Amino acid sequence: MVNGNSKANVLMMKKLLVFTLIMFVFGYALVPFYEKFCEVTGINNLLKPDVLVKDNNWVDEERFVTVEFDANTRGLPWQFKPLQRSARIHPGEPITVMYEIANNSEREMIGQAIPSYSPRFLDKHLKKFECFCFTKQVLKPNEVRQMPVQFVIEPGLPTDIHTVTISYTFFELPDGASTIKK
Amino acid sequence: MAAVHGDAHGHEHDDHHPSGIMRWITTTNHKDIGTMYLWFSFAMFLTGGTLALGIRAELFQPGIQILQPELFNQFTTLHGLIMVFGAIMPAFVGFANWQVPLMIGAPDMAFARMNNWSFWLLIPAATLLVSSFFVPGGAAAGGWTFYPPLSTQGGLGVDLMIFAVHILGASSIMGSINIITTILNMRAPGMTLMKMPMFVWTWLITAYLLVLVMPVLAGTVTMLLTDRHFGTSFFNAAGGGDPVMFQHIFWFFGHPEVYIMILPSFGIVSEVIPTFSRKPLFGYSSMVYATASIAILSCVVWAHHMFTAGMPTVGQLFFMYATMLIAVPTGVKVFNWTATMWRGSMTFETPMLFAIGFIFLFVIGGFSGVICAIVPIDIQVQDTYYVIAHFHYVLVSGSLFALFAGAYYWIPKWTGRMYNETLGKTHFWLSMFFFNLTFFVQHFLGLAGMPRRIPDYNLQFADFNMISSIGAFGFGLTQLLFLYVMINCIRSGEKAPQKPWDGATTLEWTHLPTPAPYHSFEKPPVVQ
Repeated sequence: MVNGNSKANVLMMKKLLVFTLIMFVFGYALVPFYEKFCEVTGINNLLKPDVLVKDNNWVDEERFVTVEFDANTRGLPWQFKPLQRSARIHPGEPITVMYEIANNSEREMIGQAIPSYSPRFLDKHLKKFECFCFTKQVLKPNEVRQMPVQFVIEPGLPTDIHTVTISYTFFELPDGASTIKK
Repeated sequence: MAAVHGDAHGHEHDDHHPSGIMRWITTTNHKDIGTMYLWFSFAMFLTGGTLALGIRAELFQPGIQILQPELFNQFTTLHGLIMVFGAIMPAFVGFANWQVPLMIGAPDMAFARMNNWSFWLLIPAATLLVSSFFVPGGAAAGGWTFYPPLSTQGGLGVDLMIFAVHILGASSIMGSINIITTILNMRAPGMTLMKMPMFVWTWLITAYLLVLVMPVLAGTVTMLLTDRHFGTSFFNAAGGGDPVMFQHIFWFFGHPEVYIMILPSFGIVSEVIPTFSRKPLFGYSSMVYATASIAILSCVVWAHHMFTAGMPTVGQLFFMYATMLIAVPTGVKVFNWTATMWRGSMTFETPMLFAIGFIFLFVIGGFSGVICAIVPIDIQVQDTYYVIAHFHYVLVSGSLFALFAGAYYWIPKWTGRMYNETLGKTHFWLSMFFFNLTFFVQHFLGLAGMPRRIPDYNLQFADFNMISSIGAFGFGLTQLLFLYVMINCIRSGEKAPQKPWDGATTLEWTHLPTPAPYHSFEKPPVVQ
């Protein structure tokens, strides 16, 4: 080996190793970057309250939209249901719907609901002012709680849509976990 | 390839080397390591090929005959992983090990001991991958792209796959650091960057791509691992994570990865075509710039794999146009190869046949790639056999054909013996015929809507699937002929002349005896 492990080669290796390390960290940095990107562009904005624009409260009384409510739990022994199965409202008309959760277990548990909509583009036309999904829910053993969600479906919803579904799924959070915000 | 060893030149050094198996385990010689890389990748190629034949056997007829759906999914997943990480990538590293020092006039790779390590890491990784079939729950079955939630929910097989990817990534990164350092620091006097052979250039750029994206893949699989076992929620929607984010990070690695698998084959073809056309490569500097621009563009097109995953229209448009832009430097390359052949005094030995076959079929794969890049069409063909056909045209008749071309081209230099030309040509024509029989019809299947990764299909797809399966078995068996040609050449091939290809101009042909001695260029050559 004439110039096998010469100084220049070792220096080059060190530089490349540092670069490799930087790229490894970059992979992790993509996570907050992705979340910030979604937040700034408004993609994936499911768990933040919307602000009511006061002078934009036109109600489209010409048509009705049926909103169906769905509730699920995943991996935690809670009962979770809406107090009404559906509602018939005009686009632009605010509505408050109550949900009920009951912790059927003998220990204190933390959960948070993650919403999902059908059709998928409903999130563009759905404004939520208040929702139990914005915060984590801590339930003592056998505690029952009723919680509201207040929203409006904007009149911009395409006119060929007559029925939409709002679904919530409760997931368990580990002890001491903070609220998921997205 | 024992013929490499035992040359008069090498004897004084060989005395220090252990013999038998220990020679191969402890070797730091770039030629030995290159040889091991090539044998390893060929073994993995046959393993992955066997899985592919399992898939095609199941798809021979509609209905479930041979593989239950769970096992079928494991076959498709491991076929992809083994071919990408076990066969194609190590094969190109094998070529780099053999050829880069010979072509730039260096005595060996920069870090010989690390070179040995990067090869031997492959063995445990391959063992993990293959043995995952036999653990409870079987191998990973969520596709070679291991998207969550399937990959966060799978069993032990997924963990083995994650570790295998970690090890393979470490091996690739070490290999790339070695290649970059060798090329930048150890060129013979007079060999400026713009005098380097194209194969060396393409590998330099590929190695940079590898150190750029392999660590990101390592990060991704680490996140997956901590999601599975340590309570993090990067991709777990239940904990506020986002499975779509996995796709973004994965393809940030994954798209440069496909160019990692094709750029060195551009390099091999750029050596073979001028040799057998007996003309210098047309547009050398434009080739260098085209390679570099393909590499840069490949980092900003990843989301074209995700047009149906949910994306704003402006994002779709950006990724669509950026993807189509790659066709420009790729087109430059194809025109340069064609122009190199123009009015050359061409002969059609096996390496040249494979190189021309490469151009012909790679262009088909390139065009179907442009079609897949068009958003409204992609939404139709996403996850159908059209995509399967597309990437097998660039990976099999692209990367693999170039590897065959390279193997036939350099085997006389490596072993000092000639392969059987008739059998080599037979291997080419059979490969060409069966490859197209297998994959051309898959375009039609995809356009008609047959989804990928499903063990059963509608009756309307039956005829094309039967044709495709027949082609696949023909193609698979043809590769045993390649194995025979190579072994036959190494053991009892005719003695190769000093310069078997009279159009060859690179250092290994002009400045070294045939076969290349065990230790070459201990005194660097001077390049004019």
